[in-house]
Amino acid sequence: MTPDIFDPAKYRADFPVRAETVYGKPLIYFDNAATTQKPLPVIDTISRFYSRENANIHRGVFCLSEKATQAYESARIKVQRFLNARSTREIIFTRGTTEAINIVASAFSKVFLKAGDEILITHLEHHSNIVPWQMAAEASGAVLRVAPINEAGEVILSEFARLLTPKTRIAALAHVSNALGTINPVQEMIRLAHEKNIPVLVDGAQAVSHMKVDLQELDCEFYTFSAHKMFGPTGTGVLYGKEAWLEKMPPVQGGGDMIRSVTFEKTTYNELPYKFEAGTPHIVGVIALGTAVDYLQRVGLERIATYEQELLTYATKALSAIPGLRIIGQAKEKAAVISFVLGAAHAHDIGTILDREGIAIRAGHHCAMPVMDFFKVPATARASFAFYNSKAEVDVLAAALRKVQEIFR
Amino acid sequence: MDELRELYQEVILDHNKKPRNFHALPEPARKSEGYNPLCGDRLTIYLHVKGDVIADVAFQGSGCAIFKASASMMTSALKGKTLMDAQVLFERFHRVVSGQGTAEELETLGSLRAFAGVSEFPARVKCATLAWHTLKAGLENKQTAISTE
Repeated sequence: MTPDIFDPAKYRADFPVRAETVYGKPLIYFDNAATTQKPLPVIDTISRFYSRENANIHRGVFCLSEKATQAYESARIKVQRFLNARSTREIIFTRGTTEAINIVASAFSKVFLKAGDEILITHLEHHSNIVPWQMAAEASGAVLRVAPINEAGEVILSEFARLLTPKTRIAALAHVSNALGTINPVQEMIRLAHEKNIPVLVDGAQAVSHMKVDLQELDCEFYTFSAHKMFGPTGTGVLYGKEAWLEKMPPVQGGGDMIRSVTFEKTTYNELPYKFEAGTPHIVGVIALGTAVDYLQRVGLERIATYEQELLTYATKALSAIPGLRIIGQAKEKAAVISFVLGAAHAHDIGTILDREGIAIRAGHHCAMPVMDFFKVPATARASFAFYNSKAEVDVLAAALRKVQEIFR
Repeated sequence: MDELRELYQEVILDHNKKPRNFHALPEPARKSEGYNPLCGDRLTIYLHVKGDVIADVAFQGSGCAIFKASASMMTSALKGKTLMDAQVLFERFHRVVSGQGTAEELETLGSLRAFAGVSEFPARVKCATLAWHTLKAGLENKQTAISTE
């Protein structure tokens, strides 16, 4: 039997953007934590739907609408199986991770939170998993608590456990940090919260396309992610919630699909999952998310995770060898993200110089200003990888960073 | 690489490394704050105006090379200038870095000509102009922080 060697070139062929050049150089795309590129099947799904299948879903009595409804609902089944959720009633389509978190935070502020209660997050969170909870705290009088991190960029587990108090009503935490790549020990953190009967929301935006996620194993109450960070379109995402919790939560928006009957005196809400899907959704976005799920499963998440770890090790070594380069965030468990600063060169200058070499990286605070504050840097440069990236591309990055150094010596 | 050399000229790199007028001014100097949320450039400009002359101007802050060099060279260029001169210089500088300046305008910019290369990098125009916008707000005595977004 031949060993399974993961060849990124084989999958690159699926991504039309691979042929693009930037300033005459081949595009090297290292901004996957911001959004991933789209494979041909996803692009084809969108194009085919708008060319031949477009109709609004639910309630249509004509053929095209029935087909569109079926495609939309079959995407829900795909997502349910992908995450190993118990039922499609637990899969709610949203505009993205941010909206998904906002739905939960808003419902909590209306129903489950009162003055003096506590919400626990971690220092690693993206602004999208901070601000909705701040708003919920403000509306309800609850208090936001933050579990601290250590110098490696890992949540201090003993502190996290200590901050789970009898007043904690929910813990919200990132599966993977977008700014540093830290993989939180979510399984353990969920267990700790459950010991005290505290529900947990996991922000999985940076996790779902890089590792296998099994919701029965994790057992969290809520899990959120965006389609566009997993090779699907923007404007679409998922809120997974345990049915018992979703039943207790009030809908956030009114109108369209979330309604069963309306009189001027009283409106009856639709059943799950439609209760949370007000208005005509991003139909083709959801259908194409289903295609992205199929695609990811064909490539295989275990294989992706193994290859990306190999690429991370390679890139960490290559970048560490550059004098003056400091990697920010050196957690033991890390996804394929490298955040760094380089001597006197500001992240924005690094970004501009790399861009002229055809390399797309992100420079800035990565919507995680508290993380930047912790490491006392105004910004970092961040290279984030996907399975279509190669070691040869990492070599080009390392060479380009030496040019940055030359300019800023 | 040529365009990069054009952007990161020696004079810009020098001002980035050793910014001039890089300190606070004591009261009753005016203070105005600027922020570029895109990359986190942040500065405070201190202004001391006597009559219609900029008697002293200094800054503090952190950010990218283009931003820092621009703030440094702006403060050097404006000391002793009248408010009217400053306004004219600001408008010319703005046109040149956004690629709309004429050859004559470029000539009158003096050492600030070094920033002409920024026009080839649209994403960096904000870095070059943040200090100027913040200064303008200071001169107009606006209280709120200036943001480039």
